[in-house]
Amino acid sequence: MLEADNLECVRGERRLFAGVGFRLAAGELLFLQGRNGAGKTSLLRMLLGLLPPEQGEIRWHGEPIRALADDYRAALCYLGHLNAIKEELTPLENLLAAARLADEELAEDEALDALEQVGLAGREDLACKYLSQGQKRRVALARLVKEKRPLWILDEPFVALDAAAVEWLAKLISGHLQGGGLVVMTTHQPVNIPAGAVRELRLG
Amino acid sequence: MFKIILAVIGRDLKLALRRQADIVSALFFFVIVVSLFPLGVGPEPDLLRQLAPGVLWVAALLATMLSLPRLFADDFRDGTLEQLALAPHPLGLVVTGKVIAHWLVSGLPLALIAPVLGIQFDLSAEALAVLTLAILLGTPALSGIGAIGAALTLGLRGGGVLLSLLVLPLYIPVLIFGAGAVDATVSGLGGEGHLSLLIALTFAALGFAPWASAAALKIALE
Amino acid sequence: MKDRFNLYRFASPAVFYPLAGRMMPWFAAAAVIFGLAGLWLGMLVAPTDFQQGEGYRIIFIHVPASWMSMFIYLVMAFWAAIGLAFNTRLSGMMTAALAPTGALMAFLSLWTGAFWGKPMWGTWWVWDARLTSELILLFLYIGFLALTAAIDDVRRADKAGALLLLVGVVNVPIIYFSVKWWNTLHQGSSVNFAKSSMAETMLWGMLLMALCFWMYAIAVALARVRVIMLERERHTDWARAELARAGAEA
Repeated sequence: MLEADNLECVRGERRLFAGVGFRLAAGELLFLQGRNGAGKTSLLRMLLGLLPPEQGEIRWHGEPIRALADDYRAALCYLGHLNAIKEELTPLENLLAAARLADEELAEDEALDALEQVGLAGREDLACKYLSQGQKRRVALARLVKEKRPLWILDEPFVALDAAAVEWLAKLISGHLQGGGLVVMTTHQPVNIPAGAVRELRLG
Repeated sequence: MFKIILAVIGRDLKLALRRQADIVSALFFFVIVVSLFPLGVGPEPDLLRQLAPGVLWVAALLATMLSLPRLFADDFRDGTLEQLALAPHPLGLVVTGKVIAHWLVSGLPLALIAPVLGIQFDLSAEALAVLTLAILLGTPALSGIGAIGAALTLGLRGGGVLLSLLVLPLYIPVLIFGAGAVDATVSGLGGEGHLSLLIALTFAALGFAPWASAAALKIALE
Repeated sequence: MKDRFNLYRFASPAVFYPLAGRMMPWFAAAAVIFGLAGLWLGMLVAPTDFQQGEGYRIIFIHVPASWMSMFIYLVMAFWAAIGLAFNTRLSGMMTAALAPTGALMAFLSLWTGAFWGKPMWGTWWVWDARLTSELILLFLYIGFLALTAAIDDVRRADKAGALLLLVGVVNVPIIYFSVKWWNTLHQGSSVNFAKSSMAETMLWGMLLMALCFWMYAIAVALARVRVIMLERERHTDWARAELARAGAEA
């Protein structure tokens, strides 16, 4: 479903990587590994279509993602190391606004349910600036609960989470894989994803 | 298409209302700059009447500049801008929504308070009406053109000063026609010609600027 | 690089660098020759203007500088469009190489305009439509230079600068006509530099000086683009070889 061929990345004057390629089918997970500065985040940004590769091509269902444009973006969900939540809005407002801006249907009770699953029940009407770092991260993760898009691209999703939350997220990711979804992610922590075929790609 | 524009406007207005201090301080900046001029040039009513359109317009340009750096910077810092760029619709539409929201909280209040300041400069009722109308019609162009500068300077050191350097020269036509409309009314020539050119500038800016800004945002997000 | 068409070959720095080096002396020599001829015609041969006296001779610098300042902006916008459309590295280097010369020309035009204005109008500065437009053009050049200088990553600097140039080039006519309109409305002095009753020798002098400025701009831009190329490509094999060769000669 997701294929990358012969990707080359140049940042500033340095060539971070070249000749990188992979194939990922439905239900598969791709772990991106490599030391700091090896170009993991740059590769993710290429897969998102934000950073045009110096060389090479990325295809989704056999079509170049540049040509698919909006159709490709409608198939992917991205969670970066930034939470993309607004401090002034409440968790509930954040979730609803994010869904509306991403052109997704999300009813209010679905959003409340998602917040309850990430352990934020009772805090849905408190402005996010009063939440702790870990709680803010959970607001960002709540987006994934009702996410129906097939391709998830996750940049360090386990950062700032406690052990219970790590386990919960690992389960959520395996559920997505079992449902035929694809996941590309980077992580520094060794995490056990119970289901799905795991591939690894080492950069640098 | 309108759904996404409305969604962006709704979100940005909600955020602006939770941070009213920003709107109010830009407005007071406008009031203070305009009030400084009589102190600088003296209180003769004839002179003030002549200066009023230019002074109010230059102050309006500066007040708009004040709020521009934050147009994309907050969304950029907290990662929301990436999510907006990844949403399955053209980024230009998102920027259109943000420009309209920016105008509603920056240009519109300026237009509403301008007649009060015009009275300080002893403008006639007719001139006041044209001045308000001109600021109302011209400020959307300021928000639109400013968005390009805000997107180009996103995340740069000294972004705010650089932004004014890039954007203020591009504001000159709006300044000329905006202040010219009032001058023409006062001198009895009628300001309709100026006002229709202002409308043309605003439509051109709103049609063209969001797409140029979107291209600049994509460069900043690479 | 796929060789889709030939432009790519010349757009490659390794090919363009030696080519620019070979062309540069010719343009520089042409600038000197045209300049000497133009100055001789303009300063010695052309008759004294019966209205403006000897002071008018500054137009032999002023008019070509104004022309070049506008022309260079258009050339930069052209390179910017090429750069954004085909993603060629050369175009960003060309705009970066041309910008200082363009800004210099705009500044020169304003400076000589002021020198001309003092004896003619009795004042250094008049809010004449042309002078005002030239001033705004200088602001646009400064904006471009400031923006590209503020961005550390050269790729982003090239792209952002190119976008700014395209926005600027769309705006330049609008700015020009609005300033012109503003000028007629306020009945400012609108003395024209170029009188229609120009003597033939004056016209020739001006054309020669324009050619001189043109050649100068090309020569300087080529010299500058060579330096920019070496700086940006210092990690590549051809640039290393070039630097080693230059080091051995010195």
